[in-house]
Amino acid sequence: MSVVTNTTTIGAIEAPSRRNTELALLAFAVAIPVFAYLNVGLALDGKVPTGMLGYGLGLGLLAGVAHLVVRKFARYADPLLLPLATLLNGLGLVLIWRLDQSPRLIRLAELSFGVFSPSATKQLMYSALGIALFAAVLMLLKDHRILQRYTYISMAVALFLLILPMFFPARNGAKIWVSIAGFNVQPGEFAKIIIAIFFSGYLMVKRDALALASRRFMGLYLPRGRDLGPILGIWALSILILVFETDLGTSLLFFGLFVVMLYVATERTSWIVFGLLMSVGGAVGVATFEPHVQARVNAWQDPFSCYATDGACQQIGDALLSFGSGGTLGTGLGQGNSDLIGFAANADFILTTVGEELGLAGTMAFLLLYGLIVERGVRTALAARDPFGKLLAIGLSSAFAIQVFVVAGGVMGLIPLTGMTMPFVAAGGSSVLANWALIGILIRISDTARRPAPAPAPSPDAEMTQVVRP
Amino acid sequence: MSELTLTVMRLGFLAVLWLFVIVAVQVIRSDLFGTRVTQRGSRRNADARPQQARQTPAPPQQRQQQQQGGRQRRGAPTKLVVSEGSLTGTTVALQGQTITLGRAHDSTIVLDDDYASSRHARIYPDRDGQWIVEDLGSTNGTYLDRTRLTAPTPIALGAPIRIGKTVIELRK
Repeated sequence: MSVVTNTTTIGAIEAPSRRNTELALLAFAVAIPVFAYLNVGLALDGKVPTGMLGYGLGLGLLAGVAHLVVRKFARYADPLLLPLATLLNGLGLVLIWRLDQSPRLIRLAELSFGVFSPSATKQLMYSALGIALFAAVLMLLKDHRILQRYTYISMAVALFLLILPMFFPARNGAKIWVSIAGFNVQPGEFAKIIIAIFFSGYLMVKRDALALASRRFMGLYLPRGRDLGPILGIWALSILILVFETDLGTSLLFFGLFVVMLYVATERTSWIVFGLLMSVGGAVGVATFEPHVQARVNAWQDPFSCYATDGACQQIGDALLSFGSGGTLGTGLGQGNSDLIGFAANADFILTTVGEELGLAGTMAFLLLYGLIVERGVRTALAARDPFGKLLAIGLSSAFAIQVFVVAGGVMGLIPLTGMTMPFVAAGGSSVLANWALIGILIRISDTARRPAPAPAPSPDAEMTQVVRP
Repeated sequence: MSELTLTVMRLGFLAVLWLFVIVAVQVIRSDLFGTRVTQRGSRRNADARPQQARQTPAPPQQRQQQQQGGRQRRGAPTKLVVSEGSLTGTTVALQGQTITLGRAHDSTIVLDDDYASSRHARIYPDRDGQWIVEDLGSTNGTYLDRTRLTAPTPIALGAPIRIGKTVIELRK
């Protein structure tokens, strides 16, 4: 068998890196927002918008830089994640720019702040910073398993970030902001990534105890009392966030993320049942005595009964009217009246502009784009070879999915509205930065997962070859 | 701006948006349906099919090699056909790539044959495009026609190569 060692490399198949596929898709993903920009400009002013070339070049440059970084530092990464994120970011920029042109919103801003400042330029700057952060993640994080070393540090950091907004004044009824030197940061957006790192590291170590030490009762595996500790702790934390920061979205995101990761790590359905019961119990409990949350629930139940009296009801009602007037194919970009929502039209409520101007068809396409990002994340988790990477990929993609669900569901009236941003699309620096970092980590994990394995040890076959007897 | 232009642009934008979604799904098609297996031989061995499914002949590599390999000579074999054994009817397109045969899972053709070694033989083109078969120190040897191979040997078109219970040949 001495010859065998010489021949092990013959059959090695080089896995396609698919970077050229990514580049082609990326070019497509830059072209669509430019088309949308042209569309808005023609609809609003009847002429080609002046900033189109600069905007297209800017977005193209950002996408090109991101692509080169991926090509250099994550050769085998998933080909879809970057184009999908770029497309959503680009379309978000167009939608924000379109709302900047609205005379109603300009007047509203002048009334409330005295001066109107366009959000699109700020958003473009944040997108550039986001892509820089994305590149930095890929360059500095050579291996996602390094993050495992910081399991408990990330827990502390996440707790710190979550508690921090409590000490700052509430803005628009929710304490999710930190104001430092004129910049408003939403630490919750970054905390979702950091807490996913903590959950992955923690569950990787504790999964066996959580999965196996349990009693069977009525078809469910009941965990031991002491193993319930962490889930109770996280639940208590999310309730505390809900009570003190009146931020239903963040609290739902963290608890949901924990339950999903617990289920993935242990394969026990009982965790899902417990999680749902606990979150429903907690939400109902808080909603009974917290007026801010209560107002949101009332607005969700029947927005048109309190439409004229309550601001929250009016927002939801306007959002529903907006979706309704969009119909199946929409009114066309730049031709809707979604700016009637006024406050937060380009942030939490940006999906209503999609719903009105692109209709059901456009909204579905948007949701599918988000769905594809989540699918690629889950696929990465399936392909990852190490348990930490698996859990982290699942955690990040489900955090993304839950966020999309919470905000889209809230705007569409499926669940009570909570203050969260539509990833990549809504105006907001923290959200764009955090989500680019999230995509960066997913790309890093998928690069490690899809990288061809080192050649197997010679002769892996257990059976020996039979010898032909002459 | 005329109403018509705006309507066309509105519908056009939706179409382009959906086109992107569809293209993106096409890119990940292989996740959903697995890799595409190249053509199979005759329908005789319909019941032997499930076994054949395991030896997917690595399409990505072939495609790459096809671009690099350049033009083939006239009269050169274009495919390798398994004519006897459990994989009868399987064909592999010859596009300038090395074909490895054996029981090892990373072989181009995975032989489900107790008499084959894990890395039994390889078939590759030399610089002139002539296909060569080489025995890789197998236990039971590789036979071209009736002679046991001792050195890399050029393969004539249609000459049977026997490995264990499997017989393969090159065809045009």
